[in-house]
Amino acid sequence: MEDFVLRALGGGIGAALAAGPVGCFVVWRRMAYFGTALAHAVLLGVALGFMLEIEPIVAVFAICLLLAVCLLLLERQRVVSVDALLGVLAHAVFAAGLVVVAFMERVRVDLIGYLFGDILSVGVGDLWLIFGTAAAVTAALAWQWSNLLAVALNQDLAAAEGVPVERIRFLFLFLLAAVIAVGMKIVGMLLVVALVIVPAAAARRMVATPEQMAVASTAIGIASVAAGLFASLLWDIPAGPAIVLVASGIFAASLSIPVRGRSRREG
Amino acid sequence: MTGAPSHDPSEAAPLVEARGVSLRFGRRSVLDSVDIAVRAGEIVTLVGLNGAGKSTLIRVILGIVEPDSGEVLQRPGLRIGYVPQHMQRDPVLPMTVERFMTLGSPAPRGTLQRVLDEVGADPILGHPLAEISGGEMQRVMLARALLREPQLLVLDEPLAGVDVTSQSDLYRLIADIRDRRGCGVLLVSHDLHLVMAATDAVVCLNRHVCCTGRPQTVLRHPEFISLFGPHLSETLAVYQHAHDHRHDALGEPLSNEAGSPERSRPAGRHR
Repeated sequence: MEDFVLRALGGGIGAALAAGPVGCFVVWRRMAYFGTALAHAVLLGVALGFMLEIEPIVAVFAICLLLAVCLLLLERQRVVSVDALLGVLAHAVFAAGLVVVAFMERVRVDLIGYLFGDILSVGVGDLWLIFGTAAAVTAALAWQWSNLLAVALNQDLAAAEGVPVERIRFLFLFLLAAVIAVGMKIVGMLLVVALVIVPAAAARRMVATPEQMAVASTAIGIASVAAGLFASLLWDIPAGPAIVLVASGIFAASLSIPVRGRSRREG
Repeated sequence: MTGAPSHDPSEAAPLVEARGVSLRFGRRSVLDSVDIAVRAGEIVTLVGLNGAGKSTLIRVILGIVEPDSGEVLQRPGLRIGYVPQHMQRDPVLPMTVERFMTLGSPAPRGTLQRVLDEVGADPILGHPLAEISGGEMQRVMLARALLREPQLLVLDEPLAGVDVTSQSDLYRLIADIRDRRGCGVLLVSHDLHLVMAATDAVVCLNRHVCCTGRPQTVLRHPEFISLFGPHLSETLAVYQHAHDHRHDALGEPLSNEAGSPERSRPAGRHR
């Protein structure tokens, strides 16, 4: 196998490792649209990264985090609902990204590459970044797993039992921003949320506990990356969309699995 | 002004105490200089109409919400077991009863089973949380709270979603737990009939504390009567008497008193 294919496979697996468990929390806490809003900040992050000569993944992470904090603070106002607020901020930040890109005459940003991802261009430096991020995300999840889970289950109960709810919510935004920053390299900003939520959604019917779901989601993500990449090379189709289609296929197939435990009640 | 609170004879330091707690949501006053205290071995019940601020007061006492003014004093190192009102059980989050109970306080299976026995729940450790009945869920929540060896149990509407036949059982269970473990219990309840039978003190809340004291005293308080109506007050007084009598003589179930609400709900699922 050629080197660029191995690097692509490695990058995809690294992104799936980070996205698997984080995606479970996005599904549990119904934050899919929140994730989509964050992904709209990718373009502005990339453009600013080029302007300031920072690594794009790092710039995207910073802008996503900034947007997440804005959303968190603005959630408390009561003028518009949260979904309208997400819509406003997501498109404002996306429009800002387009404007900044238009200003950059000397550097031609490969817009398509960032919109749809470019897994086959993953370099050795990218691999380090992706696996470093995946390791950090996994370590943070393991460290605060019980608190994160308590907050996802019931915030009042968690607060009463001494979980620092606000800090845990912030930690989660941090992790989500990191996953979006590395995921956009693989499948692009338009599909990165799919890499996060589809494997988690596909895992739901196969499991009985949150821990099993995190593992299954990661495994489905890795399988989707491998199969999608293979299909891309075989039929010469774009890799990012192929990965998302494989994951969506697994999700569709998972719908035929009966929900665990129900049979016990009917006995 | 006849509303002076009747002081509890036990002058032990409270486990938790709120003093002059006030809270506003925007322009609306939700709590207005509320005082409340719970001591070890005491069941204190918070009653009041919808929107009286009962759950908000609980959230302030637990430290989930900061009051605008006033203070909440907890005994240092106080272990609290909390059972929130209507906990959403989302099937999107896979969770067995066992995993739910051990979340935040890991314990071996034997301990879990023993606590489930203590609250009279079936051996349902492996069941999905989203699929057990409302009554089972309340018992599981109670068991989970007990697992933390609490000195104070805080129960927000523990009878909500529990069918009528299990309600008196659950109430008796709470009193038993208090007797066995000597913990303090702070309770929010809508069901005044059951409240009046088992509580040590009643705090009647309508943003401010209308009246507080022993159940018999509170029932005759003019503010209680104006809040809940003279009819209910009389019914409860009769109920109180009848219950004392029957509890001593026969120990009959409490289910055919006049005026008991919500009695048409069918019993829980069969096993």
